[in-house]
Amino acid sequence: MAVYVANGVDDAVGRLAERPGSIVLAGGTDMMVEVNDGALRPLPDADVVVVNRIAELRSWRHDPAAQTVTIGAGVTYTEMLDEPLAGMLPALAEAARTVGSPQIRNAGTLGGNIGTCSPAGDGLPVLAALDASVEVAAAGGRRSVPIGELMLGPKQHALAADELIVSVTLPVIQGWQGYAKVGVRNAMVIAIASTCVVLDTNRRSVAIALGSVGPTVLRATSAEETLAATIDWDEQRVDPAALDELARATSAAAQPIDDHRASAAYRRHAVGVLARRLVARGLATNGERAA
Amino acid sequence: MSDHYTLRVNGADYEVRDSWPGESLLDVLRDRLGLLGTKGACEQGECGSCSVLIDGGLVCACLVMAASAQGQAITTVEGLAPDGAPSDVQRAFVETGAVQCGFCTPGLIMAVHALLDGDSRPPGHSDTDGLSESAVREALAGNLCRCTGYGRILEAVERVVVERRR
Repeated sequence: MAVYVANGVDDAVGRLAERPGSIVLAGGTDMMVEVNDGALRPLPDADVVVVNRIAELRSWRHDPAAQTVTIGAGVTYTEMLDEPLAGMLPALAEAARTVGSPQIRNAGTLGGNIGTCSPAGDGLPVLAALDASVEVAAAGGRRSVPIGELMLGPKQHALAADELIVSVTLPVIQGWQGYAKVGVRNAMVIAIASTCVVLDTNRRSVAIALGSVGPTVLRATSAEETLAATIDWDEQRVDPAALDELARATSAAAQPIDDHRASAAYRRHAVGVLARRLVARGLATNGERAA
Repeated sequence: MSDHYTLRVNGADYEVRDSWPGESLLDVLRDRLGLLGTKGACEQGECGSCSVLIDGGLVCACLVMAASAQGQAITTVEGLAPDGAPSDVQRAFVETGAVQCGFCTPGLIMAVHALLDGDSRPPGHSDTDGLSESAVREALAGNLCRCTGYGRILEAVERVVVERRR
């Protein structure tokens, strides 16, 4: 086994193809936990391919014509908090701020969040709500995968072992968006339940994505459609009764399990509360105080 | 390349030989290079006792594969006081009683330096506002201390902020 610091995408995917069984190391905040406790031992004949110094992965770009932002897979959570990126993708910035601690945010990357593919990954509900497109590279070429097709289950994704996550493309939305999660403290916490809400005022559509309440990130499509039909988009206002229905429908979309962090019932309740709270932040409500 | 590599720590080059290539930077600093100031406890990035700077950014050394840090500038707590004279942050910790058992201290000192020397303050806190207690707490949220209750650590940070403004 060798540690190979790749200097470009072609270099990295070439190495992955050449040395089957090699693993990709980005920020290390997930992988090194497994290495440290002996759960992950890279194969003797394979490499650890270090990708967090590849310039293409470390940068992001805004395409004003397409109204999209493409974020390199090696961009850190700390960098997602910086303007102007945070202003264009405020829910992603909110999610990034809830990740770990400054130490974790300085190392952990968006690509790593996807590669680990935990249902609790804080960036993933935002990517799901925004219908992100993920670009991946292999020695044979590149392809784009919709985030909804990429995430298959707990720590399971649809990428081949020799594929490298290169970037994520997200739309810049007109309208409010936000992310919130429940955990035992404000820092260093894995989400017990998380929710991202995107209110697209141009398309008059709602997107609600849920984390930590299913085998992978889930969309609450029924709740989305019902709420979108109820919002007064011209006035940016919603009836309080619609928020009750939103909470109910969001909870109904969850597929949680009981585990050591929380019960299924608590998680199901929590995503309803989070969806309600987020929408109340984003819209004026008749007679209801924003939570 | 990884049975033998070079790390640049506190401005000096160190050869790392005969190590298992997957070793964490924490283990290499302590067990191979003899730099014992960086502490290890949780080895999963939860406690912050192994905090170091890599190219100026605060990270947990336990979550860095050492060989992946070749060519980068690593700063440990030893690098803050190369001549033995403590930094202003170290002095403030001693003077305010922010050091009790001392185990978390090197990591906290690194985190406070990252906060006050660099640009690592949380969003929504501009430079001209000074540094609110909530901003300091957010910046130090990755460093656990089980002795002090954090009050004296916050006092130490405040003291440095005031001193540096003079």
